[in-house]
Amino acid sequence: MKKKYSIFSLVKNSLSDNQNWKKMWRNPDPRKFYDVIIVGGGGHGLGTAYYLAKEHGLKNIAVIEKGWLGGGNTGRNTTIIRSNYLWDESAHLYEHSLKLWENLSSELNYNIMFSQRGVLNLAHNEHDVKEIRRRVSANKLNGIDSEWVDPHQIKKLVPIMNTENCRYPVLGASYQPRAGVARHDAVAWGYAMRADELGVDIIQNCEVKKIRTAKGKVQGVETSKGFIRSNRVGVVASGHTSVLAATAGIKLPLQSKALQALVSEPIKPVINTVVMSNAVHAYVSQSDKGELVIGAGTDGYNSYTQRGGYNIIEDTIRAIVELYPIFGKMKMLRQWGGIVDITPDASPILSKCEVEGLYFNCGWGTGGFKATPGSANVFAHTIAKNKPHKINAPFSVDRFVSGRLVDEHGAAAVAH
Amino acid sequence: MFTIRCPYCGERDQSEFSNGGEAHVTRPKDPEQISDREWSEYVFIRANPKGIYYERWVHTHGCKKWFNAVRNTSTDEILKVYKIGETPPPLKEFKNTIKTPSGEPDVGSGNFSVKKP
Repeated sequence: MKKKYSIFSLVKNSLSDNQNWKKMWRNPDPRKFYDVIIVGGGGHGLGTAYYLAKEHGLKNIAVIEKGWLGGGNTGRNTTIIRSNYLWDESAHLYEHSLKLWENLSSELNYNIMFSQRGVLNLAHNEHDVKEIRRRVSANKLNGIDSEWVDPHQIKKLVPIMNTENCRYPVLGASYQPRAGVARHDAVAWGYAMRADELGVDIIQNCEVKKIRTAKGKVQGVETSKGFIRSNRVGVVASGHTSVLAATAGIKLPLQSKALQALVSEPIKPVINTVVMSNAVHAYVSQSDKGELVIGAGTDGYNSYTQRGGYNIIEDTIRAIVELYPIFGKMKMLRQWGGIVDITPDASPILSKCEVEGLYFNCGWGTGGFKATPGSANVFAHTIAKNKPHKINAPFSVDRFVSGRLVDEHGAAAVAH
Repeated sequence: MFTIRCPYCGERDQSEFSNGGEAHVTRPKDPEQISDREWSEYVFIRANPKGIYYERWVHTHGCKKWFNAVRNTSTDEILKVYKIGETPPPLKEFKNTIKTPSGEPDVGSGNFSVKKP
């Protein structure tokens, strides 16, 4: 039964005191065999299952999640969506994703609160200016709506910004008006609900302990609910991908680190765009509830503890207060960390591997949320056809052998 | 946030140190003889365990000396610190508290999603 959300369903359910809303997805016991198993129930994993069922007609699919849906990095990011990346390969991937974002609420008939409020990437020194102007030009050549704005225009967009009287004055910025934010857990829930309707089994609180292989082929996964057989396994486990890959004897060029974020107490609307700064390392946007959503850099050591150090928050808050003196007396409400898997070139891995039937979607590092629909879409193609989509072909794990890297450290915008 | 016992200066705040990644990575003796894949492993692939990890630190805001440490990456507990050039302690010396590949230790971890009551 397809669940439709509209103004009428809202009115109808409010009349019955909101007691009659149906569960959004089933909670099935795992079957013995699936055509495809996706390990990881975040946005990328659930989206992959959705596109496998919808666009590739596969019926017998499971998503296996060790905790709850969207409880990993899908629910731990700062929800920024943009596509202003430097190289053609990345621009195509992230722009593919942005185009899917623009229609995602209506495709899923679920309000993911996608808000195209624009993003500014600030330049604080001569080198930043040259680098960002180059990126703006590269974006334009790829048909991405990126433009260079001077401090005067920045002041108009964000009047509260201190552009002059600070240690690192703002000399300009790139501006992408189509960029924005979305409600991150709604993305996981929307994909989960529609995947479930297409027959995908979503199995929560079930931990994959080992990927079983034999003679170079994948056999299935050993889980806390027993062994589940499958010929095709897609691993979408962000920070824990290395751990899972190791159980199949595969080494990936990934390093897992904590990336922190924090939110302030809610205030009246004060900033209506997203502002990121690579050089002083602070980024901020305001949520619909009025909280400032602030992102920090990665902690500089490998870790699987989802928290990170206080000194990193301190550095970020220092930069925020310098850029926006008006925030100086605000209180921060919550802080958290997510474990991100970082590749040497700051670009993701969407790839087959030497084990037949085993696929990896990982290495999104500090910027995976924006790519959720695009990544899921091309990864589903990769699994269904057993060959990459032309958009993710450059993001094969073999690039670390051939040397054809996609170096996006500049556009990644998070220090690591 | 945690403290690290620098083998030269004693216990200091972690923010005084910079991490140097995996310890004991050796450069291949004859780079011209090995395959691209082996070279790629040396350049790009580093251990990334959830659990016992041998790593390098430098006391950036202190004595500026490099040293090695053994840390449990699932709790950030530092188990041993030793100087550059000293023999690394064997893995069996440390009791690995990790129950399953992605399972959590009883204390010290921030991942509560799979923690049993």
